[in-house]
Amino acid sequence: MRGYAGKFLDIDLSREKITEITFDENILRSHVGGRGLAARILWDRLGENWEAVDPFAPENILTILTGPLTGFFPGGRVCVSGKSPQSNGMVGSTVGGEFGIDLKCAGYDGIIITGRASRPSYITIYENQVSVKDANHIWGKTGKHTLKVLTEEGRRELKANFPEYGELKEPSALYIGPAGENQTRVAAVMAKWTHGAGYGGYGGVMGSKNLKAVLAKGLGPLPEVQNIERLSELIKQADKECYRSHSFRRWGTGGGGYLFAAKSSSEPVRNWQDEWHDEKSYAVDKFEQRLWVKRYWADYGCPTSCLKLATPKTGEFKGAITDNPDYELQAFLGPNLGIFRPEDNVYLASLVDDLGLCGIQSGNALGFIGELYQRKIVNQDDLGGLQLEWGNTKAFAEMAKRIAKREGIGNLLAEGSYRAALELSKRKGTSLTSYAIHEKGMAIGAHGVRSGRDFTSTISYACNVQAGDHTSLASTPKEDENAELNDVLNDSGVLCNFNTFSVSTDLIWDFFEAVTGWETLRQEWYETSGLKILQLQRAMLLLGGPDLKWRAYLDDENPPRFYEPLPSGPYKNRAVKRGSFEEEKQEYYEAVGWDRNGLPKTETLRKLGLYDVEAKLKRAQII
Amino acid sequence: MLVPGAEVPHLCVQCEDYPCVKSCTMDALSVSAKTGAVLVDEEKCIACGACIEACPGRVPHLHPVKKIVLICDLCDGKPECVKVCQEGNWDALQKITRSSWQIHKVHARKPEEITREIVSNLYGEAGEEYI
Repeated sequence: MRGYAGKFLDIDLSREKITEITFDENILRSHVGGRGLAARILWDRLGENWEAVDPFAPENILTILTGPLTGFFPGGRVCVSGKSPQSNGMVGSTVGGEFGIDLKCAGYDGIIITGRASRPSYITIYENQVSVKDANHIWGKTGKHTLKVLTEEGRRELKANFPEYGELKEPSALYIGPAGENQTRVAAVMAKWTHGAGYGGYGGVMGSKNLKAVLAKGLGPLPEVQNIERLSELIKQADKECYRSHSFRRWGTGGGGYLFAAKSSSEPVRNWQDEWHDEKSYAVDKFEQRLWVKRYWADYGCPTSCLKLATPKTGEFKGAITDNPDYELQAFLGPNLGIFRPEDNVYLASLVDDLGLCGIQSGNALGFIGELYQRKIVNQDDLGGLQLEWGNTKAFAEMAKRIAKREGIGNLLAEGSYRAALELSKRKGTSLTSYAIHEKGMAIGAHGVRSGRDFTSTISYACNVQAGDHTSLASTPKEDENAELNDVLNDSGVLCNFNTFSVSTDLIWDFFEAVTGWETLRQEWYETSGLKILQLQRAMLLLGGPDLKWRAYLDDENPPRFYEPLPSGPYKNRAVKRGSFEEEKQEYYEAVGWDRNGLPKTETLRKLGLYDVEAKLKRAQII
Repeated sequence: MLVPGAEVPHLCVQCEDYPCVKSCTMDALSVSAKTGAVLVDEEKCIACGACIEACPGRVPHLHPVKKIVLICDLCDGKPECVKVCQEGNWDALQKITRSSWQIHKVHARKPEEITREIVSNLYGEAGEEYI
């Protein structure tokens, strides 16, 4: 088996039992890794009882998986998954950094974490020494502090245990901030200072396991590959093609905060009340010239280097540090809260990173409460004295802190905008769910569908097995291209979306062939294995539970706001049309083998050999 | 260089709405269909400077001898300045095509503004006294 280290770590935190397990070659080949393999593991271990598993209970499983191309394809990522506290389904959530590469060099393809530690703990994987350590001294600490302490401890231990290696680079870490510890549904699994696997809410799952961090350091080489000469040519070619995307290299996605609003009218403005603005104060040159202190900043092996280190050196937010911020955080912690000043945006992005919040999910929850305040549905007393006017950066910052600590109304918002809306509706005696802009309990990425000018379409989120995830969208396959399965492949590979964006699909498959040696993998992926992963994820999403369950005929739907016409801008009055949405939806259902109500057809499941899924869905009376 | 150490290039970016062309009363400015650059009709131009005032970055300038205004014509689509910059591997100048997702106009700014921001970025509070 080429491209895989071959071993996985199975860690039961309740019993502090660490075992090494392996998967059959067929399983790896048909699920590749990352998101695909996570779907299989979760289904095999939890599928039988899926509806009853509380995402925050010890039974839930947290998987941290790499793919065969980790370390070979430019840009290192790792895929975090489990039963999602947001969608109650399964979401493959990826995060950048060197963690995946370190894990593979240590001889493991992934980690499967179950149970709950009796005290705050963290896991270290130093080459073949795996242990669970006490984390009381960093429990409750913010991201930057946690990372500092862990890096020091890690380096000390590496030096003591591997003196023959001299000065080693620090171990890579995945960790959570206070938001994860307090089991909020809007917390991310963080890496480095600013990277986060936000979609899915796995920060909270990690917190529920009393697990503060996972550190890894590998000293060995990456696994053997099939054809190393070919691979080294391919890496050079991919690097060359990535270098060609000048805009991406220079601005990353940091140009989006102004562009996606002004040009394509698809950015959330004041909780999606609008998707257009023309605030030139928020244009990329202000970020670039005023705030970026280091350009071309990247994780190991990445030619695109879309990150830019930002810090205001003067003014009230002096000293806040974050990257770019990238488009999503620019949008959700900027215009979505009525903020149009780059410095304020950098401050908020830096704050949510430090608290371990997901910028998209928490930005959406903040926008939701901001709109309720604007409409006078909640008042200052409800908000613990905060005046949440649009653009009031300090008040929104304070609210973000309360979300992370679950204080006051922050305790509600920590459940995400939809769950908060359900509870607030009860308290206020009126339905407020239409103000929660969500897809199956999950905030939607900052790429609106109303103007039709962005890369999203009306079914992108509504039919998505990953709910609101904008990095993997539902799309009807075309004759020569299946964009959705390509997205699933990126998360399973595990590949960076921005580097795959710059290269051709053929090149990516050449990589797979050179690394794994499986010549028919490409064909298998589009004919069976990719589809299988989609169906598995769909089954888990439909099973849902325990707090919320989704019914396809009702919940495969855009948020109500997307049917309201855009109030301003060049695409004024555009909205999602129910008729054409319904048509697109049926076309998609047909293509992926679901019936008119969005339920997987029996013959589809049988054709893919998913008999256990069929049996389970029938028992749960879903199909 | 307005502040030592903060040198900024100051070039025409071909705004989408061409305020310079709109401001010309002599009909001397036009937009090249091929490259999107602004072309100056030397016979019609009277060097009144209206386009300089209209430009958000004050980029056009008057010819030192002739009575005409000078605006970047993108060297017929292959700008020489970008070429030398790329050849020298500085990579500071890039040609951004219309099809790319940038909005050109936001990059049209006065050198004073750009310098102010770069200086505060480079030197922090210490830089503010220079501005």
